[in-house]
Amino acid sequence: MRSESTPLIELRQVSKTFGKAADSSVQRLLQRLHVTRPRPVTHAVDKVDLRIQRGEVVGLVGESGCGKSTLGRMVAGLLPVSSGTALVDGQPRDSLTPEERHAMRLKVQMIFQDPSSSLNPRLRVDRIVGEGALLHGLTDKHGFDDYVSAQLQRAGLSPQLRQRYPHQFSGGQRQRIGIARALAVQPELLVCDESVAALDVSIQAQILNLFMDLRDELGLTYLFISHDLGVVEHLCDRVVVMYLGRVVESASVDDLFARANHPYTQALLAQIPRFDVRSTRYDAIQGEIPSPLNPPAGCHFHPRCPHATARCREEVPALREVSPNHLSACHLNDLS
Amino acid sequence: MSLPERNAAAMSTQAPTQTPTLEVRNLCTSFYTRAGVLPAVRDVSLRVAPGRILGLVGESGSGKSVTGFSILGLVDAPGRISGGQVLFKGRDLTQLSAAGLRELQGNRIAMIFQDPMMTLNPVLRVDTQMIEAVRAHRTVSKREARAHAGRTLALMGIPSPEERLRAYPHQLSGGMRQRVAIAIALLHAPDLIIADEPTTALDVTIQAQILSEVQKLVREQGTSLIWITHDLSVVAGLADDVAVMYAGRIVEQGSVADVLDRPQHPYTQGLIDSLPSRNKRGQRLRQIPGMAPDLLSMPTGCAFAARCSRATSVCAQEPPEREIAPGQTVRCFHPGAADAQ
Ligand SMILES: Nc1ncnc2c1ncn2[C@@H]1O[C@H](COP(=O)(O)OP(=O)(O)OP(=O)(O)O)[C@@H](O)[C@H]1O
Ligand SMILES: Nc1ncnc2c1ncn2[C@@H]1O[C@H](COP(=O)(O)OP(=O)(O)O)[C@@H](O)[C@H]1O
Ligand code: SF4
Ligand code: SF4
Ligand SMILES: [Mg+2]
Ligand SMILES: [Mg+2]
Repeated sequence: MRSESTPLIELRQVSKTFGKAADSSVQRLLQRLHVTRPRPVTHAVDKVDLRIQRGEVVGLVGESGCGKSTLGRMVAGLLPVSSGTALVDGQPRDSLTPEERHAMRLKVQMIFQDPSSSLNPRLRVDRIVGEGALLHGLTDKHGFDDYVSAQLQRAGLSPQLRQRYPHQFSGGQRQRIGIARALAVQPELLVCDESVAALDVSIQAQILNLFMDLRDELGLTYLFISHDLGVVEHLCDRVVVMYLGRVVESASVDDLFARANHPYTQALLAQIPRFDVRSTRYDAIQGEIPSPLNPPAGCHFHPRCPHATARCREEVPALREVSPNHLSACHLNDLS
Repeated sequence: MSLPERNAAAMSTQAPTQTPTLEVRNLCTSFYTRAGVLPAVRDVSLRVAPGRILGLVGESGSGKSVTGFSILGLVDAPGRISGGQVLFKGRDLTQLSAAGLRELQGNRIAMIFQDPMMTLNPVLRVDTQMIEAVRAHRTVSKREARAHAGRTLALMGIPSPEERLRAYPHQLSGGMRQRVAIAIALLHAPDLIIADEPTTALDVTIQAQILSEVQKLVREQGTSLIWITHDLSVVAGLADDVAVMYAGRIVEQGSVADVLDRPQHPYTQGLIDSLPSRNKRGQRLRQIPGMAPDLLSMPTGCAFAARCSRATSVCAQEPPEREIAPGQTVRCFHPGAADAQ
């Protein structure tokens, strides 16, 4: 029996860099001799710890380019980690046999922002939805039609539409096809990367309701990546905030929205347009998110932080517990 | 500007005597495609007074952009304005010659697009483009034009304007590019700006910076602004008035306070109700069933009828636009507060 506390997914000090500097000693030598210059390295994800418990809905928020999708793809096993360990059900992914790894990959499915680009335009809906399940023996030739119908129905699509091609559907319906395809391989965790961002408000509500229904029916776990804090607040149990490749805060939704600790989270929350707030005077945080190619030293947020001190410019703040299950990475917490 | 001042400004522009900068009357624009006539904008009427911000909201395909393009005379074949008037300071733009329109565009009227590269030329430095834009409508020396460009960038809250002037568009971030595009639109302190989802693709932090600068400018310079968006929360914070579009028509229009707090049209109510923030956390969201109709094969009568819980047999007719409270109009046979149902 699995123990209650073994997370479905756990990342330990996971990093992802793109554009490796020097792969070989020859390259390093050439660089030291100034014959070649090191290629720029993007620290897309920098030593991130993340635990997702079964049945939990975890929101992942942050500005564009901060590493949300990269992290999501590593959770889904679609992208290898550069360093650190990813564990599925307590087992390190790289210690698995190829067969085990394959099974693990089915457990975690990803739903993307743009449903059209992730659906093969030349395939009919039934093949898009059912092919993976057929390949992995979750259904057979005889059961195929019924199996596909069940998935379509669960995603809120009429099984009668099975013979159509993706372009014959609306954006919201295409997103449902993507969801039906993911459900068909019986996953435990869905990584949703901006899955409702491209949809209109009224269609967005329909898809969010579908996610909530599936959670109840199938006990699914979610990593929900979104720039829309309103959606995250509605849907998630816990929120993780990223800034320039690092996790800066993590807390339950209630805690985060009522008592954000990190100055970046506070600024972010202050700037979401709110329906109930009329005649806002927008008081923006200054500056833009710096390039991850050349992140500021110390606390990455210091050039934009109103509380920055000399220490912030040199020392990376550690992610520490500021109250039970509420983590934040800010030097200000040492003062209290 | 402080809050009380702002409210005072808003009050003064509410005076009925104020002549609007823009008055659109019964505008119709259609696309004559091979598949048939697509009525993208149907009988749209709007007014925007100086110093006021009108939020034009609606879902994808509802006709917001085509409305904006029509006002500016920028609709291309197979599209055509098929009826109505666009009165800019009393002059009907639909009757103006191409040369007359060009003189107004980029000078008295400006448009800001979702993609700033619609405005920016990728192969020219920012200063070259801005100097050109200044001198297109004003006889000043290059030096003066460049100085004016620098001041306008600074006005948009762009840090180190001198450095940005020397940059090529690709050297700027998306948010900075959009701010430069907005600065170009502002060069001649236009009387009317039409902004088509300029912050939709940007992060909230950058959006907040842009909204703050734009809001300040409009108030200070008495500009009329139409802000097109699908985001009701942006409209709630930014605009004075709001017009809600559905399937080519404005279904409800009025002050932000009236329309967002006391919506009378079932579609407006449905949109607001489906916002996550208007629902109890973790509960299913209230949703509008179905989806928007295909404009190529529109049912007769109210376009919302198939999704409307209040629809009756009379809704098979076209509902007229009616004023149900001072300054608030609704296109519905059964308007009313949601609770009344
Ligand atoms: N060049 C064109 N040819 C044919 N139809 C067009 C053309 N441009 C727009 N349309 C149609 O006009 C209608 C309104 O389009 P418009 O772009 O104004 O919508 P919108 O509200 O701005 O949507 P979005 O939020 O997606 O930009 C749509 O049905 C669209 O398909
Ligand atoms: N294949 C890649 N090669 C180089 N850089 C990449 C690649 N994928 C992502 N990045 C960079 O990694 C950073 C994080 O990207 P991403 O996770 O996609 O951000 P988000 O999803 O939060 O917008 C960005 O700076 C991005 O440019
Ligand atoms: S560590 Fe310093 S710079 Fe970083 S968020 Fe805290 S106070 Fe600001
Ligand atoms: S006119 Fe009828 S169908 Fe249309 S919105 Fe009003 S009640 Fe609904
Ligand atoms: Mg992304
Ligand atoms: Mg548009």
